[in-house]
Amino acid sequence: METTLEGNEAVAHIAYRLNEVCAIYPITPSSPMAELADQWAAEKRPNLWGDVPKVVEMQSEGGAAGVLHGALQSGALATTFTASQGLLLMIPNLYKIAGELTPTVIHVAARSLATQGLSIFCDHSDVAAVRPTGFAQLCSGSVQEAHDMAFLAQAASLQSRIPFLHFFDGFRTSHEVNKLTLIPDQHMRALIDPAWIRAHRQRALNPDRPFIRGTAQNPDVYFQSRETVNPFYARLPEILQDAFDRFARYTGRGYRLYEYYGHPEAELVAVLLGSAAKTMKQTVEFLRDRGEKVGMIQVRLCLPFSPPHFLTVLPPTVRAIAVLDRVKLPGSMGEPLYTDVVNSLMEHHESLASHGGLPKVIGGRYGLGSKEFTPAMAKAVLDELRKPEPKNHFTVGIEDDVTHSSLEYDESFQLEPDTVFRALFFGLGSDGTVGANKNSIKIIGESTPLHAQGYFVYDSKKSGSRTVSHLRFGPDPIESPYLIRSANFIGCHQFAFVEQLDLLQYAAPGATLLLNSPFGPEEAWDYLPRRMQEEILAKRISLYVIDASRVARDAGLDGRINIVMQTCFFALAGIVPREEAIAKIKESIRKTYGKKGEELIRQNFAAVDRALERLFRVISPDHPTGTRELPPPVPPEAPEFVQRVTAFMIQGKGDRLPVSALPADGTYPSGTSRWERRDLSTFVPVWEPEICVQCGNCSFACPHGVIRSKFYSASWLAQAPQSFRSAPINARGFPDTRYTLQVYVEYCTGCGICVEVCPAQSPTEPHRKAIHMEPKTPVLESERVNLRFFESLPVNDRSRVDFSSVRGTQFLEPLFEFPGACAGCGETPYLRLLSQLFGDRLLVANATGCSSIYGGNLPTTPWSANAEGQGPAWSNSLFEDNAEFGFGFRLSVDLLTQRACHLLETLRPRLPERLAEDLLHAPQNTESEIRAQRARIAELKGCLQSIGEEPARELLLLADHFVRRSVWLVGGDGWAYDIGSSGLDHVLASCQNVNVLVLDTEVYSNTGGQMSKATPLGAVAKFAAAGKPVAKKDLALQAIAYGNVYVARVAMGANPQQTLLAFREAEAYPGPSLILAYSHCIAHGFNLQYGMRQQDLAVACGHWPLMRYNPALRQADQNPFVLDSPRPRIPFKEYALRELRYRMLAHLDPAESTRLLDLAQQVVDQKWTTYEEMASWSGSQFHPDAGFRA
Amino acid sequence: MDLSTRYLGLNLSHPIVASASPLSETLDGIKRLEEGGVAAVVLFSLFEEQIRQESAALSYLLDYGSDSFAEALSYFPRIDERTPGPDAYLDLIRRASEQTTIPIIASLNCVTSEGWVDFAQQIEQAGAHALELNLYTLETDPTISGTEIEERYFEVLRQVKATIRIPIALKLSPFFSAFAHFAQRLDQAGVDALVLFNRFYQPDIDLVTLTVSPSLRLSSADEIRLPLLWIALLHGKLRASLAASTGVESPEEVLKYLLAGADVVMTTSSLLRHGPDHARILVEGLKRWMEAREFPTLEKLRGLLSHSRIPNPGAYERATYIEMLESYRNPYF
Repeated sequence: METTLEGNEAVAHIAYRLNEVCAIYPITPSSPMAELADQWAAEKRPNLWGDVPKVVEMQSEGGAAGVLHGALQSGALATTFTASQGLLLMIPNLYKIAGELTPTVIHVAARSLATQGLSIFCDHSDVAAVRPTGFAQLCSGSVQEAHDMAFLAQAASLQSRIPFLHFFDGFRTSHEVNKLTLIPDQHMRALIDPAWIRAHRQRALNPDRPFIRGTAQNPDVYFQSRETVNPFYARLPEILQDAFDRFARYTGRGYRLYEYYGHPEAELVAVLLGSAAKTMKQTVEFLRDRGEKVGMIQVRLCLPFSPPHFLTVLPPTVRAIAVLDRVKLPGSMGEPLYTDVVNSLMEHHESLASHGGLPKVIGGRYGLGSKEFTPAMAKAVLDELRKPEPKNHFTVGIEDDVTHSSLEYDESFQLEPDTVFRALFFGLGSDGTVGANKNSIKIIGESTPLHAQGYFVYDSKKSGSRTVSHLRFGPDPIESPYLIRSANFIGCHQFAFVEQLDLLQYAAPGATLLLNSPFGPEEAWDYLPRRMQEEILAKRISLYVIDASRVARDAGLDGRINIVMQTCFFALAGIVPREEAIAKIKESIRKTYGKKGEELIRQNFAAVDRALERLFRVISPDHPTGTRELPPPVPPEAPEFVQRVTAFMIQGKGDRLPVSALPADGTYPSGTSRWERRDLSTFVPVWEPEICVQCGNCSFACPHGVIRSKFYSASWLAQAPQSFRSAPINARGFPDTRYTLQVYVEYCTGCGICVEVCPAQSPTEPHRKAIHMEPKTPVLESERVNLRFFESLPVNDRSRVDFSSVRGTQFLEPLFEFPGACAGCGETPYLRLLSQLFGDRLLVANATGCSSIYGGNLPTTPWSANAEGQGPAWSNSLFEDNAEFGFGFRLSVDLLTQRACHLLETLRPRLPERLAEDLLHAPQNTESEIRAQRARIAELKGCLQSIGEEPARELLLLADHFVRRSVWLVGGDGWAYDIGSSGLDHVLASCQNVNVLVLDTEVYSNTGGQMSKATPLGAVAKFAAAGKPVAKKDLALQAIAYGNVYVARVAMGANPQQTLLAFREAEAYPGPSLILAYSHCIAHGFNLQYGMRQQDLAVACGHWPLMRYNPALRQADQNPFVLDSPRPRIPFKEYALRELRYRMLAHLDPAESTRLLDLAQQVVDQKWTTYEEMASWSGSQFHPDAGFRA
Repeated sequence: MDLSTRYLGLNLSHPIVASASPLSETLDGIKRLEEGGVAAVVLFSLFEEQIRQESAALSYLLDYGSDSFAEALSYFPRIDERTPGPDAYLDLIRRASEQTTIPIIASLNCVTSEGWVDFAQQIEQAGAHALELNLYTLETDPTISGTEIEERYFEVLRQVKATIRIPIALKLSPFFSAFAHFAQRLDQAGVDALVLFNRFYQPDIDLVTLTVSPSLRLSSADEIRLPLLWIALLHGKLRASLAASTGVESPEEVLKYLLAGADVVMTTSSLLRHGPDHARILVEGLKRWMEAREFPTLEKLRGLLSHSRIPNPGAYERATYIEMLESYRNPYF
């Protein structure tokens, strides 16, 4: 059966059909395989044997691997899906599973490992890291192959007893949509011998015929035992090739372990695996057809590498071989495939006599972190082999101007056959472009004989993200696993892109450009930048415009332009005759909206019809007329690094940066987000000084740090621009002082939270609040001018600011600004507050997750510094180890502080009287005390410089440690409740002064909404499609049980003052602290504009009782447990049913929804009773501790 | 004492019916109403618009944020093609019909013809004993004429009638220029009962926040006059049953409606105010009054003071209005 699927689905289809247990943990880019398995299990879809597999989400990949091992040992057919760090966490179990000769297949969407930086993209670092485990490794290079190899690996594993790791390229194959033929059930049954499964079951642990497996072995037998498996590995290549051959008889699709393509008498041969093999194959075939003696071998069985099979396909004429690896092993003699090929040749050199001796072999790296591998690069590799002294250990695809490893390649060499239609679409994540394109692929791929391929590129921001869709259609199977660089069709779905992107750089001559334009065919030309006009004329591009937004609006589909643009694409592309295409689009609409009502269908049909009526060709003049120039990517005042490096990345030209431009150890400057003005929202907040009560709520709640306040002497206004707004500060004791609230409009995402939290409205215009949304264009210029002036005003003196009130904190400079988080994010306001309160002495250990992505994803990052250059020092280690990582910070800080104290004591006689004493003992509780300490440090540094010798020089380096450093461990609930929970637990029990901030969204947000142990009872999430059946873990009570951990549960939207108090108390407490911060999230399913209101309701219903447990009070025999929120005043469901995560179940299974919501109410009631009781205890009723070790 | 009555072709033990309200939103609520002594329950209204809106919201929120960020191409489990529908409502009908002994009358408010037909069909299949069509709309479009609005009612009635076999009631507003004529035509079109009247959503203005605020006030006894008038005028002139709704607080209003000619008397406000057991107080009050006046059956009582049976029918016509005005002026001028 032919269909179009993403690679992940093509693999999951097999894994699900052939297994009984799927133990998983979400990790990009493998998550969709697990999610599909879970979905199918929820739908009760049976496997090949009629049973519904059990799909279980574990607390980590380590946990998933343990389950896998256990399920296999007890006789089930079991699998898992993973990638990258996830695979690394499985390593101990991989050794066990392989050591016990247990058949299974793990499917890996191969992904880079976190090294100098994290990358979610593709290379083979992960699978290379598990090569010694004993798992066989089978690699596929396309969606069809991934489907077939998933099956063949399973068959060979069952027969051979060797476990398999089947891998394919993350994103490039896992997320590519392509046409493929599915393996029918009868073929699967024919190719899997039931005897293999019976044998597996018979080997299982069984009390009816007991045995012991997993013994501890002594020096006498361990070694020999280790060698017992050799025959199994020796037989494997034959078993697998036999499976391939039988498979070919059934399906007609034949495979070899090592597949040769090219000239039969090739002299130059490339060896590689994965999707890049397809690119090389295209290139080789092109060159071969031109008579060149080139060839290539696609490696499928990577481990165990079988030299006999490999050498069989190597043409005897070969002179030189280039082996390409998609991994880097620093310091090694070469990457894995290279060494395997070299070893094969060396070990079999005698048999190569007929080859005319040993060929020359070079190895190289390509495609790390999803770097493109194009035919031009493939050709460059083959060209290198022609050279008398080809470069070994080369790189291709980058410019290595440091060690000069890179090969040069000719970008203009392209292999796009004329028979393939190639389309590029530029859209926003929010405008449905990707969805529409996936639909177009389905329409063409499944209802015409044409083949189709789709690949989608997303940017690294969570708000206002841009997407680029790469679609190919053609009569033959499409195996071009690289981005389109010569498009026949360009669709630009947002007019603003004409000034932001170089849309036409990849347009082929004579291409068609479809522009969603508010300007009609007569005027659109004039609104195009001059450079774009030039390109249109030079490439003879046909320009069409459609006001898709208007067509959608008129059809009653406001904002949904995708159906309009899709219709125009079909009309212009001519891939399918227009009438037929329209009929198919309408058929698809009926299928999509059939159950949602005729009205929606009518609206969509109307949009289709009107799209065709309002699609116009623009007659271009014969010369460019425009005067509009593209603005520079970053302002001229940006720092040198930003100009030289970051600007390229912002423009999407980071591929051009040479090795020398990039830091060698992953160290980047802070605070670069301010140089990327993303201009996301067409509506922005506008401040009304006359109405404003200066409460600070708006800036406190702003997720993106775009609302700032300052107070300043009225005299400053003499230089203010006319449009600059201000008001007298409404606080006593500040004569002649003005107040201004400034909106950084170019950074605003338009979430509207500020308007929602503003308590002040005009007495005469009831809809007008002190801050309200207005169209940006009319205010943009004046706000730019105002902003410049605002930034020139002095930053408020921290010692004059009231830290204890929300109102006061608005004057503290945020050192976390403009993160690329979702518009309306519930996490970021807490981080901004953290940076305001303690930013100048803050160290942040950030667990992988949303906060590490919007906090640390290039090109620009939000953690910044103040004018003195002080600011949060931030780092991300991994997902699972953040508590331990931050704990390391604490130990280091304490140690170095201790060292500084020791050195100070040594130098005391040479320092001014009292300086050392004050440095060591002066209090540092208030901002003025910290400022005084900084002054002492400055004085000390002066003295040390004049001393000029050791140990003064050493102390000079450590002197800043005399300011108390604030160590914070930040992460989401996935980290704190699941994967990192044991580490967190251990660190909380350490008595050390670490502060933990858990941004609790009650779900894995970054990987797309999977259940965590923080997910509440009754909420629907991935892996809890039927609603989570158990209550959220009460991490607060767990931590309180230690007695000496400061614990607070906060929700800024319910009580910002309590949030502020908790942050300050936690930081002041000299032991471990834990703050659980309610963070509304896009994965909750409601309009985030109302995020703070939803937080309030979470508290009002008792789901999120605000509390603080302060051990310092217990030590004074006061009750340390303070309940900060009043008794629940609304039922749980009144809060819950405002969110899709709860409403979904009400639709899917109303009775179950009612049952779960009733149980959830019981949880709330019981929790409240417990808390209320604890609030009435005396201090002695809580666990004592022996004091702080720190 | 025979309090039995027939409404929508259903035999009821007495004339007190719980009209659509939050009390009938759950099975427990319906059981409490039954225990409280009502003779039948009209379920809360199923609103097509709400279902459509819910469906649109679900679809929007399911897709929101999807295909935007490489690590999270969606945020919710893919659910089957199921979209929000009347499942919960139908389930309630099913369970209420099975677990109570009183008739369950469903109530439906739709905006499209497919909605009326689809949902009516599903409601019948779920086991409702009858269906009340709640044609509540506030027509604000100045281009729509009264005739067009009336035609819409007929069209809906015709479509639903052609689709289902269970009896159909129409809940109406009083704002038709020739209500008697309109009622008669509905009667001719085959409606099984008319419910008089629907109460309109009449928002209020909040002087503190300067906002228009939704306000739903429970009805009070002084609001019975208009339905009373029309029941009295229509009694005996239609084949369809007549249900009185609005303003029932005590047995007095029940009696007045019955004397005017109502087949059943519906109440929500009094049950919300005093609890479902209040139904029994209404029935007992009715019984006591009938005993005192020696009415052996409800039939003897019904319509006794209707327009067609009183000797001075002008009391229900314009003359009443004039008299009222005159009596208003009389004492002082």
